[in-house]
Amino acid sequence: MGIQLQSVSKFYGEQAAVDGISFEAKPGEIVGLLGPNGAGKSTTMKMICGYIQQDEGSILMNGDDVRHSPIETRRQIGYLAEQNPMYTDMYVREFLQFNSQIHKLSSSQARIDEVIDLTGLQKEQNKLINQLSKGYKQRVGLAQAILHDPPILILDEPISGLDPNQLVEIRSLIKYLGETKTVLFSSHILQEVEHMCDRLLVLNNGQLVMDGTIDEFNQKQSGQSIIEAVFENKIDISSILKSQDIVVNQIDSAFTIQTFEPSELKTALFDLAVQTENRLTELSEQKSTMEDVFHSLTKAEK
Amino acid sequence: MKAMYFKELSSFFSSRIAYVVIGTFLILLGLILWVFPDTSVLDNNYAQLDPLFAIAPLVFMFLIPALTMRSFAEEYNSGTMELLYTKPVSELKLVMSKYAAYCSIVGIALLPTLIYYYSIYQLGAPKGNLDSGAIIGSYIGLFSLSAVFVAIGIFSSSLTKNQITAFVIGTFLCFFFTWFFEFVSGLSIFYGSVDDIVERIGINFHYSSMSKGVIDSRDVIYFISVSVFFLILTHFIIKSKRI
Repeated sequence: MGIQLQSVSKFYGEQAAVDGISFEAKPGEIVGLLGPNGAGKSTTMKMICGYIQQDEGSILMNGDDVRHSPIETRRQIGYLAEQNPMYTDMYVREFLQFNSQIHKLSSSQARIDEVIDLTGLQKEQNKLINQLSKGYKQRVGLAQAILHDPPILILDEPISGLDPNQLVEIRSLIKYLGETKTVLFSSHILQEVEHMCDRLLVLNNGQLVMDGTIDEFNQKQSGQSIIEAVFENKIDISSILKSQDIVVNQIDSAFTIQTFEPSELKTALFDLAVQTENRLTELSEQKSTMEDVFHSLTKAEK
Repeated sequence: MKAMYFKELSSFFSSRIAYVVIGTFLILLGLILWVFPDTSVLDNNYAQLDPLFAIAPLVFMFLIPALTMRSFAEEYNSGTMELLYTKPVSELKLVMSKYAAYCSIVGIALLPTLIYYYSIYQLGAPKGNLDSGAIIGSYIGLFSLSAVFVAIGIFSSSLTKNQITAFVIGTFLCFFFTWFFEFVSGLSIFYGSVDDIVERIGINFHYSSMSKGVIDSRDVIYFISVSVFFLILTHFIIKSKRI
């Protein structure tokens, strides 16, 4: 069961929290939602789950508008909210029991045991949710989301608050679930996204600035490099820069330059140093990383 | 709906506040009925429970909003409303299961007062010389009144995420609907023309006859419709909070 968003918008007063987003997610696909804080990631997810109503556009599940049968839609979705709200005065098992009753599951005990195994909560199942650490609360939230075996999973920052060991477990769990389900998750840990998802959506200021695979994301700026050059004395380098070169940062005589032709720029910088008798004390080149791509994607729109 | 109902009951009875509130209610009623000389059944020399049904509404005005204040306010405050909103449960079921749960809680709080009935039954001269039919009627009246107060309390809890605010609004609304219309009907603009109609809007007019054990279908319909009115308002609020 897939989800489809058609130019969905949500306004808070004058400001558009989500501004005409369209995308589609299919079963067996893990889609990562990336973006800086306030980009509209959570709002988008809340709209899919029906917690918030969109102002424009439509959200389709299997080609059917979710507003037609909201209750039926919610039965098909497992949702882990960003704040991970839970009844903290309940025991872990009791909380899952409550959720299974709400979903009217028939073989609830067996399913609860299964989900507890999947999320690694065996030792904690008889504790109060109150007493759990953040990582374990996150697991309970995840257990609650997958309990009714929904074809669609919406996970808002599922891996926040987990320690590195837990991270590996939960990551492989989500990957396993993603083999058959439609998984949409958000994060701002870029490396996680790289490891987990097949497809990336980058949001900025409520707009979709990128939709593609991880490879496409990395290719976006392939050939682009970052050159760091430090001169001994103050210098004006504007004469040697080409139109595509951007000075990202300048502190006194230290420059960070983004360029598509690193070797030419390096030669030019060296020549400039010789001409002006201003020695280069440092000159280095870096391939641009995911972070840089993310920066340039989300900065450009402002 | 069953899941929501039992969740509400178990979370209520697993908190200490529940026992404090119900305990206070029972101690207060016990003192008024058996200890304080002005209202004591023992000094009254009649085998009847009238003081209970005269005083209970006043106590309920504080007690019931104190019980119901957390019903929705707590869900908003802890964010669990988002959990409920994204589960396959309709808003109507949310409101109705909470209403049913809190009515049951008030019913449970009222149960121990049956001991008073038994005591007076034993103390009567001759034994058992009291109007049981009237007392059953009065209990039905008191429970109808409580059901209205629960609806008002849940409504005020749905307005805010602050429990104290919910309590104050709830208590005010209970006072207002119980006595305001009776008071206003005595003013010169209404008196002599429409005073009986104005008085009928208030709760006290209907409760005062029911508390004597007279069950009039008009009063029952009145209590049901006021409850339904507040439940519809609550349903509307809960629907509109889904932004």
